Amino acid sequence: MITTAFSYHKAGTVADALKLLAECGDDAKILAGGHSLIPAMKLRLNQPEHLIDISGISEIRYIRCEGNSLRVGAGATHADIANSSDVQSHMPMLAETAALIGDPAVRNKGTMGGVLAHADPAADYPAALLAADAEVVVQGPGGERIIALENFLLGLFDTDLAENEIIVEVRMNISPSNAKSTYQKFMQPASRYAIVGCAAMVTVDQGRISDAKVAFSSVAEKAFRAREVENALKGQEASEATIKAAVKNAVNGVEVLSDHFASSEYRGHLAKVYAERALKAVI
Amino acid sequence: MGVPIQVTVNGKPYKAEVEPRQLLVHFLRDTLRMTGTHVGCDTSSCGACTIHMNGEAVKSCTILAVQADGGEIKTIEGMSPDGNGTLHPLQEGFKEEHGLQCGFCTPGMIMAADALLKENPNPSETEIRHALEGNFCRCTGYHNIVKSIQYAADKMRKEVTHG
Ligand SMILES: Cc1cc2nc3c(=O)[nH]c(=O)nc-3n(C[C@H](O)[C@H](O)[C@H](O)COP(=O)(O)OP(=O)(O)OC[C@H]3O[C@@H](n4cnc5c(N)ncnc54)[C@H](O)[C@@H]3O)c2cc1C
Ligand code: FES
Ligand code: FES
Repeated sequence: MITTAFSYHKAGTVADALKLLAECGDDAKILAGGHSLIPAMKLRLNQPEHLIDISGISEIRYIRCEGNSLRVGAGATHADIANSSDVQSHMPMLAETAALIGDPAVRNKGTMGGVLAHADPAADYPAALLAADAEVVVQGPGGERIIALENFLLGLFDTDLAENEIIVEVRMNISPSNAKSTYQKFMQPASRYAIVGCAAMVTVDQGRISDAKVAFSSVAEKAFRAREVENALKGQEASEATIKAAVKNAVNGVEVLSDHFASSEYRGHLAKVYAERALKAVI
Repeated sequence: MGVPIQVTVNGKPYKAEVEPRQLLVHFLRDTLRMTGTHVGCDTSSCGACTIHMNGEAVKSCTILAVQADGGEIKTIEGMSPDGNGTLHPLQEGFKEEHGLQCGFCTPGMIMAADALLKENPNPSETEIRHALEGNFCRCTGYHNIVKSIQYAADKMRKEVTHG
């Protein structure tokens, strides 16, 4: 399959990319790993006139800790994130999530920034990042904006990113040393995209759950925090009975997605099953 | 229209002008006439087009040829150690262990396996199957593919220890 014709521009720096975006106007698209954009362009779902390739910008391909904050550059690939010792030790569920994306070749190309900008409801990172209270850092002509991921994700393939902005980083506080986290995914076996994904980060203090953050990917039009589940866990005894009671609330008030892989009823059921598995793994 | 690129493919430098929308797999197959890299699904799923770009396994149907500018590419044509018919241990393994039937998936399987063995010279069966998650085979049922890769891993480890 051949995409429509476009002009190709290679950006060397973020400033370069922003300048190109301003010059090329509405019909320009950023190209990062290309693993969502190129397939969409082949299907002619996207027909940009200009592609601005940011995959060679080294200043956004990093993973580092700054004090208590874990910073992942938008250009970090899924393989970079899965293999990073900083991520493995300071936000283990994020490394676990990255390692479950697609297959090795997809992980070698796809990037953090690409996932967040694309806002596919089936993307894996958003659940883990919401459970980590992550923030997205974007740059535009007016400078930098920092947006909580929860406010950044607006809906199906829709974000708060303006057309003349690019994502440069996602940041989050490192996981408290007594917290445990995991991401559990039920995947479509051929594409390996999530049908349901659940991230959980829990702190247990002397047999009681002192903090709990639970979030889902691929259950609704956008990833979301399951606050009813969290509230049913907090302050309770760390037991199987607590978990079983809490996960009953997993999709309360949520419009659950239905597609040819899973009806909304089945997906809603899977959400509870995967929340239970995730919580049992960390409590 | 054309954008000039320079790429090294299997150790040999090439210069060409490519249309930006040309996929890397078509550049390899149609421009350089290296048809060992296959197009199976053209939707980034099957792995038949797997090659190495700058040392990493990637799907060449999901990369633009312009993105390979300045890069190092390795394809199935570059696997033979002498470039003259001597088989790489992986190629030998697929032959010895009947790792192929129609052979369509084989170039991609070998390139994915080569990337795995570079990272992990002694993979378990589970690790091999995990590394091949992006490579589909419609014929073999994967069993002999796993054995072929184990054959190659054993042979390559012995070659390392015996110098
Ligand atoms: C076979 C296959 C299996 C997959 N399986 C999974 C899976 O299991 N889980 C999962 O989560 N994903 C999966 N993916 C998607 C994969 O993770 C993509 O890499 C990701 O969705 C997009 O990242 P990218 O870097 O490739 O972005 P691109 O495809 O280059 O870009 C995607 C979109 O984001 C925009 N963009 C990219 N970077 C930026 C930036 N820094 N700032 C602003 N806009 C930007 C682009 O303009 C475009 O609109 C799969 C993909 C394939 C092909
Ligand atoms: S042809 Fe590239 S993944 Fe199938
Ligand atoms: S041998 Fe026929 S597809 Fe694998």
